[in-house]
Amino acid sequence: MNLTDLVTILPLAVLAVWATLLLLVDLWIPKDRKGITAVLAALGLALAMGLSLTRGQQPQQAFGGMVIVDGFAIFLDMIFLVSGLLSIALAHDYLKRMNLARGEYYALLLYAISGMILMTYAYDLIIVFLALELLSIPLYILSGFIRLNSRSEEAALKYFLLGAFSSGLVLYGVALIFGATARTDLPGILAAVQQASANPAMLLVGGALLLVGFSFKSAIVPFHEWVPDVYQGAPSSVTAFMSVGAKAAGFAALMRVFVTAFPTLSADFTPVLWGLSALTMIVGNVIALAQTNLKRLLAYSSIAQAGYLMMAFVPYAQGMVLSDTIAAMLFFLVGYMFTTLGAWAVVIAVEKAEGKGLEMTDYAGLGRRHPWLAAAMTLFMLSFIGVPPTLGFWGKFYLFRTAVEGGFTTLALLGLLASIFSAFYYFRVVVMMFMQTGKAEARRDPWLALTLGITSLGVIGFGLLPGSLLNLALQAVLKLL
Amino acid sequence: MIPIDYFVGLSVLMFVVGIAGVLLRRNALVVFMSLELILNAANLLFVAFAAYYELLAGQLFVFFVMTVAAAEVAVGLALIVEIFRAKKSIDVDQMSSMKG
Repeated sequence: MNLTDLVTILPLAVLAVWATLLLLVDLWIPKDRKGITAVLAALGLALAMGLSLTRGQQPQQAFGGMVIVDGFAIFLDMIFLVSGLLSIALAHDYLKRMNLARGEYYALLLYAISGMILMTYAYDLIIVFLALELLSIPLYILSGFIRLNSRSEEAALKYFLLGAFSSGLVLYGVALIFGATARTDLPGILAAVQQASANPAMLLVGGALLLVGFSFKSAIVPFHEWVPDVYQGAPSSVTAFMSVGAKAAGFAALMRVFVTAFPTLSADFTPVLWGLSALTMIVGNVIALAQTNLKRLLAYSSIAQAGYLMMAFVPYAQGMVLSDTIAAMLFFLVGYMFTTLGAWAVVIAVEKAEGKGLEMTDYAGLGRRHPWLAAAMTLFMLSFIGVPPTLGFWGKFYLFRTAVEGGFTTLALLGLLASIFSAFYYFRVVVMMFMQTGKAEARRDPWLALTLGITSLGVIGFGLLPGSLLNLALQAVLKLL
Repeated sequence: MIPIDYFVGLSVLMFVVGIAGVLLRRNALVVFMSLELILNAANLLFVAFAAYYELLAGQLFVFFVMTVAAAEVAVGLALIVEIFRAKKSIDVDQMSSMKG
């Protein structure tokens, strides 16, 4: 290790050190003034963001080719850092209200984000594994943050057991790939495969284990069983962050590994990915229809959204559409981030202590009492369905278009049908808010309002100018290939 | 020298036992032990192949894995103890307060 290595990963190093210092500084901050910790954490994220943005898009390797910092990584890092900032804004008032205001929350959040950033930098399977654990372990603790609440603890244990299981599968996959090729660096694996010095069966099983492990993390059907329970039991501010960050990190790792190391295995993997994508879209949307609890509804909705995202992986080995499909994935993730965080902000505004205020009926009459909140929720629901001109529409449009270009018209049609079908349950929320009379109560908090403003603006603003965002995504991908 | 196949065979056996333990056992602590077995199966593969290819890197990975496993144990055991205090049981099947 030398100084250039450290400079290359500076945003990540700063963030990790900042989190550790925050843990210490927090000891001197009085219990009723944890807002200071929140501001310090936000400063750390902003600093990391500035450092990431000021570096060029030129790919740079460090630590003997174990990490790489390129446009793809920086684009995703922005998603993680922005969602981190927004979820701090979401968390501050919520934690105070739920009697959870403890400083560790923010340090753990920063550690989880460092893990996600390391995941985007990873150019070696060992780093992929380390990043996976660095992002997961803080999230296990955060989902059990409501101590002595059996639902939260149950959620944490479920998440922990299944998360550790999926990391075990990933690690065994890495070990098998190491056995097959004698390499763990991604380009080295490809080189070994091309020189035909690799053991094909072991490589294939290893790749499949990686796919299964990351499917757990990103909540792909049939590895989604834990999602609704964990999303429901965990504190809502944690769920909001988790449903964006952990999912995006899983997809980032999968994309990097498959594109760089496994293009030769596409004949085996493409049909599997096709099936996973179709299954996830169908199952997620169908089960969501039966939900009456808003947190569970959003959990199944996030599963369905992962199905659309999975579509980007199906043509991953076709050089012609590859840059388009990765750009479409990045674009969709931005839309997913704004829409999801916005929808969760509304859920947090309506939620009451002890898990109350989460049923669909608690939203009856929200349109009359809090018209702005209800309008924002309607916007996010429309974006989830994919109604133009929201950002969600363009995200799906680009994903479906690249799927068709890659020759997977049936899959794109399935996605279209699933989206139309999903309108049923998203509109139920809207109908409940505007057409039913009730006594919906919501919390007024400036930070919550700010989050809602930013996310709505993102959904509409980028929705009206999708070209500029797509160009950014395409530029980010350009140097990856 | 012991042929590499024996190591791989033993490792696969450990892996399968670990998977079966996670899927079949109901006690959270036993599930947890099975998870550790999976990690150690991977460690065995790393060490065996490191010796086979004469690559030191494989041995180093094991240290990473052991560190990570220790961190996981710290969090996992804390959770299990906390839940046992509240419920006097760590049966995974009883963890079903949420439905839908």
